[in-house]
Amino acid sequence: MTGRTPYLRIEHVSKSFGDFQALKDISLEIYAGEFVCFLGPSGCGKTTLLRAIAGLDIQSAGTIIQNGVDISALPPSQRDFGIVFQSYALFPNLSVADNVGYGLVGGKLSGAEIHQRVGDLLAMVGLTGQERKYPSQLSGGQQQRVALARALAMSPGLLLLDEPLSALDARVRQHLRAELRQLQRRLEVTTIMVTHDQEEALAIADRIVVMNEGRIEQIGTPIDIYRQPEASFVADFVGQMNFLDVEHQSDNVIRLGDAILEIGAGKFSRSGSATLCIRPEDIQIRGVVPGQANSVPATIELMEFLGSFCRAELRLVCGRRLQADFSINAMRDLSLAPGQELTISLPADRIRLFPAQTNVARHHG
Amino acid sequence: MVDTTLAPNAMAVPRPVRPTVTGEDWLVRLCLLLLGLYLVLTLVLPLYTLLAKSLQDKEGQFVGLANFARYFADPAMLQSFGNTIFVSAIGTAITLLMAFLYAYALTRTCMKGRGLFRAIALIPLLAPSLLPGLALVYLFGNQGIFKSLLFGHEIYGPIGIVMGEVFFAFPHALIILVTALSVADARLYEAAESLRARPARIFMTVTLSGCRYGLVSAGLVVFTLIFTDFGVPKVIGGSYNVLATDVYRQVIGQFNFQMGAVVGLLLLLPAVLSFAVDRIIQRKQVALLSARAVPLQPKPRVLIDRLFFCLVAAMAGFLLLVLGMALFGSLVKLWPYNLSLTLKWYDFARAGTDGWGPYFNSLRMAALVAVIGTAIIFCGAYLVEKTRGAGRLRALLHLLAMIPLAVPGIVLGLSYIFFFNAPNNPLNFIYGTMTVLVVNTICHFYTVGHLTAITALKQVDNEFESVAASLKVPLYRTFWRVTVPVCLPAILDISVYLFVNAMTTVSAVVFLYSADTKLMSINAINTDDAGNTASACAMGMTIVATSAVLKGLHSLIMRRVERRTQAWRKR
Ligand SMILES: Nc1ncnc2c1ncn2[C@@H]1O[C@H](COP(=O)(O)OP(=O)(O)OP(=O)(O)O)[C@@H](O)[C@H]1O
Ligand SMILES: [Mg+2]
Repeated sequence: MTGRTPYLRIEHVSKSFGDFQALKDISLEIYAGEFVCFLGPSGCGKTTLLRAIAGLDIQSAGTIIQNGVDISALPPSQRDFGIVFQSYALFPNLSVADNVGYGLVGGKLSGAEIHQRVGDLLAMVGLTGQERKYPSQLSGGQQQRVALARALAMSPGLLLLDEPLSALDARVRQHLRAELRQLQRRLEVTTIMVTHDQEEALAIADRIVVMNEGRIEQIGTPIDIYRQPEASFVADFVGQMNFLDVEHQSDNVIRLGDAILEIGAGKFSRSGSATLCIRPEDIQIRGVVPGQANSVPATIELMEFLGSFCRAELRLVCGRRLQADFSINAMRDLSLAPGQELTISLPADRIRLFPAQTNVARHHG
Repeated sequence: MVDTTLAPNAMAVPRPVRPTVTGEDWLVRLCLLLLGLYLVLTLVLPLYTLLAKSLQDKEGQFVGLANFARYFADPAMLQSFGNTIFVSAIGTAITLLMAFLYAYALTRTCMKGRGLFRAIALIPLLAPSLLPGLALVYLFGNQGIFKSLLFGHEIYGPIGIVMGEVFFAFPHALIILVTALSVADARLYEAAESLRARPARIFMTVTLSGCRYGLVSAGLVVFTLIFTDFGVPKVIGGSYNVLATDVYRQVIGQFNFQMGAVVGLLLLLPAVLSFAVDRIIQRKQVALLSARAVPLQPKPRVLIDRLFFCLVAAMAGFLLLVLGMALFGSLVKLWPYNLSLTLKWYDFARAGTDGWGPYFNSLRMAALVAVIGTAIIFCGAYLVEKTRGAGRLRALLHLLAMIPLAVPGIVLGLSYIFFFNAPNNPLNFIYGTMTVLVVNTICHFYTVGHLTAITALKQVDNEFESVAASLKVPLYRTFWRVTVPVCLPAILDISVYLFVNAMTTVSAVVFLYSADTKLMSINAINTDDAGNTASACAMGMTIVATSAVLKGLHSLIMRRVERRTQAWRKR
């Protein structure tokens, strides 16, 4: 990755609204053709960063370089991007065709060429034949496609999407998400999408930028982010995660209550207390025998049937609780039921350790 | 990815970004500055001149508060100050009581004919304020039909003023109270009923306390209107002086500009009071309607509905009686001796007044105010609300746009004389022309138009401008192709509001007209002064008819606009 030159470089960008710092020293590189998601909780500064990239609310300090040009101080009209807002911001008094062709009129193209281009764009987003309708006559999903077609009309080098799917219901959302991804692949347009829906980010992005309180917590591929969260905030925010207080025992060995767990080499060097993270689906129950390495006895307290799998609430002998996901098969084979005792295993390669929570809080607060 | 591992303080502090200023930004700033200049010339400087005048003697020397001292030492002057407060207080109390009952009936009962009653209540808005004065002369004057009802009291004086002002101020109070009473949460009433509160208790604790802010602000608005109104006391005040007529007498009668300025400043008192009260209220104001509020649907209550029907019918009857009397007075040969009908009082040329010239002047001024005023006000509101950058200037312009609401017409008119009639003012040449009337009237009614436009613009997605910028479309094209069409209903509202008010206004322009630019409303006053009440009524009715026709036209146009745009407007 280091060999390629990035399409977009964001260097030490910060943004203040009065006394409040919405972005704190953000640095980030995005490569041509990439699909990047900004992910984070509400108010963490995703939109602010996107608007800085667009030039709509220029950052207080820092540099943004797009395609080799320093665009830090340029107004939006001198930058090269297309944008889709959460509200879509479709012009209600203009037809679908006029909305899509809005930026083309008055340019170099003739009327016939504009007509042609608008037709192509609408075909691309699957809205052929809807040219003469007005936005209010379309469904939410169709409006979203019009907004997308309009953003792509000028063939921008960068596509910015601010929670484009969040106004839609779950089904349409999943469908459009896949379409959006395909379209982006086909056009190879560098894309940044803001979302606070981690599932969406994991499904769609090449890389995810996890943000919290105006800072970047981690940048990585969905698998990286999911499998190797670098901060407990990321571990907590993305996917389901169990947090357990543990004590450091010796090199690569920790103590969870009375149980001794091995962890992969080099994961944790300091002594004292720490927080162990493990995902519910990484907890194993099949073929675990008592006494085996990293095994812990547990009791099933509750089971919640979630369709394709079952989420169980387990209590360890030391009194700590954790969640584990079992497949329906495992449930049937082992005839699992609340109150049952069993031995579970926390595989060393699935365990992540972070400094104890209190430290984390102080560090980030 | 490498960068994130760097400690932030390992780098030098990045320097602040200064956004590039584009040609479009300059254009916006230029427009903002032009708007600022316009408001300074037509509002700030005239008002400043008024203030300065009140602190100067006849030779223009600064004398501090000497004029004020002289004012308060003069018993006659103090008398009219007291008179003004007296009629304003009584008029406000009566108007509020009536308007509250009326509004309650419209919003909280199942009384029959609510739509019709609502329409009748708004009629006074179409009439110049001198019209109720004239009608009251016919009703209760020396030859009036109901003179005996006054038990020997004179209609010329406080009684007439209060009655006329109630007619004039009623719709203003009603609009505010209807709004306040419409905002009700049915759940509060259900809760009160489930606690078995008695109806009287529910009324006091839920209804009244729910709209107490509406009552206060309606009270302030009405008090200010009556305190500063010129038309009614001019026609029916007789020898009972109030501040507004004092200003007129001091300036037009005695050329005592300094004293006129002092009285003019006193006329600003209710606005100051309103501002203070408003501040206090706003701090206490809590949102009455939470997002989950359930709108109140009035239930039929036979007895109460009938009771309110009678009450409201009586009040509407009073309004119709006043208007009908003015109409009748303008149509009879010789009140009260010969009641056969005639149109001769509408033959203004024969009535020895200036013929139909003033009417066409009024029409021309109203049309100019409607067109130019709407353009300035809407573009100004757009600049204030939708452009980026120059935050302080935009906030300042918004503040300036709010001032005219606090300035009574008579004060504005006076300021205009002082400012535009000053021989050393390079703008002196517009004094006595149509231009000064138009500019003055736009300024007079600026605030309501501005607020209407701001409200409409706030409902337009803020990202339209962002999208347009990303598509490299200049701001003015989006303004013209999207913002204006989307805001068309508000734009029409503003222009009709300006037109009707320009037709009916008296107070500001009474200082500013010349022989060539005499307006119909002023002509009515002069005609009445000359003793020709019937023709004055005819002129007033002509104005009412014109305003009504325009309102009708407006709703026709709105219906067409709605039909043409219903394809894209949200249902
Ligand atoms: N114009 C502004 N003035 C003051 N504060 C602002 C402004 N815009 C944003 N903020 C603040 O900056 C922070 C980040 O806002 P931003 O809109 O970027 O959040 P976000 O991550 O997009 O959240 P969401 O998921 O809710 O959209 C918030 O705390 C917000 O209150
Ligand atoms: Mg956001």
